[in-house]
Amino acid sequence: MTTITLPLQAAYQPIRAPRRAFFFRKHSVLPGFSLALGYSVIYLALIVLIPLAAVFLKSSSLGWEGVWRVVTHPRVLASFKLSFGASLIAAAINVVFGLIFAWVLVRYRFPGKRLIDALIDLPFALPTAVAGIALATLYANNGWIGSVLASLGIEVAYTPVGVLVALVFIGLPFVVRTVQPVLEDLEAEVEEAAACLGANRWQTFLHVILPYLTPALLTGFALAFARAVGEYGSVIFIAGNMPMVSEITPLMIITKLEQYDYAGATAIAAVMLFFSFILLLLVNVLQAWTQRSHERI
Amino acid sequence: MAAATTSVICAISNIFFSTPDASRRRPATSEAFWVRAVLIALALAFFGLFLLMPLAAVFAEAFKKGWSAYAAGVVDADALSAIKLTLLVAAIAVPLNLVFGVAAAWAIAKFEFRGKQFLITLIDLPFSVSPVISGLIYVLLFGAQGWFGAVLEAHDIRILFAVPGIVLATVFVTFPFVARELIPLMQAQGTDEEEAAVVLGASGWTTFRQVTLPNIKWGLLYGVILCNARAMGEFGAVSVVSGHIRGRTNTMPLQVEILYNEYNFVAAFAVATLLALLALLTLGVKSLIEWHAADGGQQNAFIERGEK
Amino acid sequence: MSISVSNINKRFGSFTALNDVTLEFPSGHLVALLGPSGCGKTTLLRIIAGLEKADSGEVFLEGVNASKLHVREREVGFVFQHYALFRHMTVFDNVAFGLRVKHRDLRLSDAKIRRKVQDLLQLVQLDWLADRYPAQLSGGQRQRIALARALAVEPRVLLLDEPFGALDAKVRKELRRWLRQLHDELHITSIFVTHDQEEALEVADRVVLMDHGKVEQIGTPDEVYDHPASPFVYGFLGSVNLFHGRVDGQELRVGDHALQLEAHDLAHDASAIGYVRPHEVQLLVDDGEVQDGLPAHVLRIVSSGALATVELTRDDGEHVEVTVFRDYLRQLGVQEGDRVRLKPQRIRVFPAESAKLATPQLAAA
Repeated sequence: MTTITLPLQAAYQPIRAPRRAFFFRKHSVLPGFSLALGYSVIYLALIVLIPLAAVFLKSSSLGWEGVWRVVTHPRVLASFKLSFGASLIAAAINVVFGLIFAWVLVRYRFPGKRLIDALIDLPFALPTAVAGIALATLYANNGWIGSVLASLGIEVAYTPVGVLVALVFIGLPFVVRTVQPVLEDLEAEVEEAAACLGANRWQTFLHVILPYLTPALLTGFALAFARAVGEYGSVIFIAGNMPMVSEITPLMIITKLEQYDYAGATAIAAVMLFFSFILLLLVNVLQAWTQRSHERI
Repeated sequence: MAAATTSVICAISNIFFSTPDASRRRPATSEAFWVRAVLIALALAFFGLFLLMPLAAVFAEAFKKGWSAYAAGVVDADALSAIKLTLLVAAIAVPLNLVFGVAAAWAIAKFEFRGKQFLITLIDLPFSVSPVISGLIYVLLFGAQGWFGAVLEAHDIRILFAVPGIVLATVFVTFPFVARELIPLMQAQGTDEEEAAVVLGASGWTTFRQVTLPNIKWGLLYGVILCNARAMGEFGAVSVVSGHIRGRTNTMPLQVEILYNEYNFVAAFAVATLLALLALLTLGVKSLIEWHAADGGQQNAFIERGEK
Repeated sequence: MSISVSNINKRFGSFTALNDVTLEFPSGHLVALLGPSGCGKTTLLRIIAGLEKADSGEVFLEGVNASKLHVREREVGFVFQHYALFRHMTVFDNVAFGLRVKHRDLRLSDAKIRRKVQDLLQLVQLDWLADRYPAQLSGGQRQRIALARALAVEPRVLLLDEPFGALDAKVRKELRRWLRQLHDELHITSIFVTHDQEEALEVADRVVLMDHGKVEQIGTPDEVYDHPASPFVYGFLGSVNLFHGRVDGQELRVGDHALQLEAHDLAHDASAIGYVRPHEVQLLVDDGEVQDGLPAHVLRIVSSGALATVELTRDDGEHVEVTVFRDYLRQLGVQEGDRVRLKPQRIRVFPAESAKLATPQLAAA
């Protein structure tokens, strides 16, 4: 008898447990909350938060004026323009092709579909340095693709277009993988309802499917964009890294570091970090939106 | 063993032929044939150009001068020490983030507390930080001019331009992988089963081992292989903290860079093939896990329908 | 506007959804397609709408062959079980959708669209929800909006696929009365699919009973309930008791006992099963003098409201259910454990082998 009642009593007991001061939590019978949360928070602080804080503290030693002077230097400005500009274009291209990939993978059957579905994540899994040298070799004037383009008078490697190619490569999975599950979830009845009401396929896509996918597409765009802005390994080999022309911002940080200009590197990093946090916030808002419009009605 | 072989064969044949019941065509909501053809052609062209060709180029370049040149590139002393270092770094970083991922997911998914959403956002933080900055932060902490630089130098401890720095930078960039995989999974699973176990008298550790762990094992494996792939392949962050000392602080991606910049292309691509194979292995395991999960899901759906 | 289908066949892989179905739906009627899940009723509805393609057979709308027409061109209104509202559009935009996607030459002016949508929302009594999103509505409200949206394009026929299936019992009851009233106002030819016999009998002018891809019976609700054409229909529409026996002229011999039969066309001595509704069995107190009927004893008495269901076991072991007024039961003085005699008032016989194909369940809901 006692063996049965004891655990039950234990289960009800913590109702009287003292309330936690900061991390208010709802009562639960499961153990390990303090240990798991405490460990997580301490580890997070040691590995991520304190080191990141160092960037802002260090750059604050420069003062606003110092930071401003570093980041408005023409060479740094040019790198911002390239990094942000190419990333925007790459993310936009990824939205278009990511949607096409998600669409054909969810809706159609064709030979090689499973292979494509498995390899879409290649840019996630392939080390960026490997991607970088592969792309540089492909698009060099004597490479498989570069030689074809060169005969057309188009130069890709060692130009800003090369940067774009690398950023398109690494950003693709972000859009595909955010749009794919949402598209899978779209009930066929909604499209059938549109067809019954007289809408043609294009109208159904434009007025019914696209609005439904918009939050996911925007999330994918923001993720691809954020990744592209900070990308280093896959870009530097194909970019040529010419100052004012094809030098990306992360490379500027490396260059400053190599010149032992820690303050300058930190100032640029601070600006990029600030921008990353804004993007992260945006992605969070977008994901909440995706989830809400995701809920079945 | 036989079952495993069959499942591998199935998986391979599945790559080329999707299951026939994948999508029943609904006549009212399917596109014209030419629209389908154009979209599939676009996807295939983009896939070939942007994904297949770079992959093929890695292997083509590596074997350009034959098998022996390739083998020489792989068994080169510096390359071997880079492989060893890469394995060492992953062997430290992955378990660290595994323990963190499980702890964080347990706290976040199984309990309600204030600030939970904020904590999830903070865990995601390293994803949105440029790898170069991920390296820079440790330079600011442990570099000669850094916060702890003087202290470390006084005690003759080397973190930067040494293995500890590489491990730290790797831990940072792979920080969210396991947690991110587990949190949504464990949230979806709820707390009913664990509560049932506790009510039946199981201890916390037993509950975790016998109830939670079997439920999350696939997600856990998924997170670990992604974490591992990134740990072995990280370039930007490690590049900043390593100091590029040949045979000592060069990981495989750094070795690839050095060889490439020395125009030793065959050797560079030879090391790169190892990393590419790692990526393919990762994707293969990932696909197997996904198909496994999908098959299980279909079975469940089938059972539910049967009961109805 | 009449609908007819002829010789429709449809298979999904090895599963036969529809097996040579031919049906007429007269103009202006509200017809229920009734049957258990998997009987092909929804598939038939979707083929009529053009959402599914039949393997063979034709669909005629007002005598014109519509089999080759795309769903867009069939001018049918379709209401889905799970509403299928456009979640990113307001109620107003949902209802206006069909009007706005019309070709420019056929499209109404914005002002006219506005007025028409308002009228429709008034018709479904939800004009005060025009600016809400579907997620903010209750299930019953969503289904009314889905109906208004389907009506907006002035469809020639209205097709409803389990329209109340996702609603809870109380709302379902309200909504089906309301649908009947709406149909009496509009008189648009309508077909609705349901697996709920009560719903079909209450709402429809005519009921089409389907099973295993075939039509079992067509008729008014009274006809199909009172004169089921097959053992399946008997079992599907309400509870039924079975009496296994042999035909002997106008009697059914069950063991040593003889039960009076209605008119039938079975051969003498044929093995047969008598079907009797629970309210069509008379209970007689077995005081040793009555020789009529089958001996049984009362197992349990379950009261609900004015009625009581008496569960009995016949002396040969078979289970029987009888429904009587509680007052009557009190007058009889029958209690649990008492011995009684059962006298069926009306027995319909079917050959024993036909029942094997579709054994009706006792007390099927």
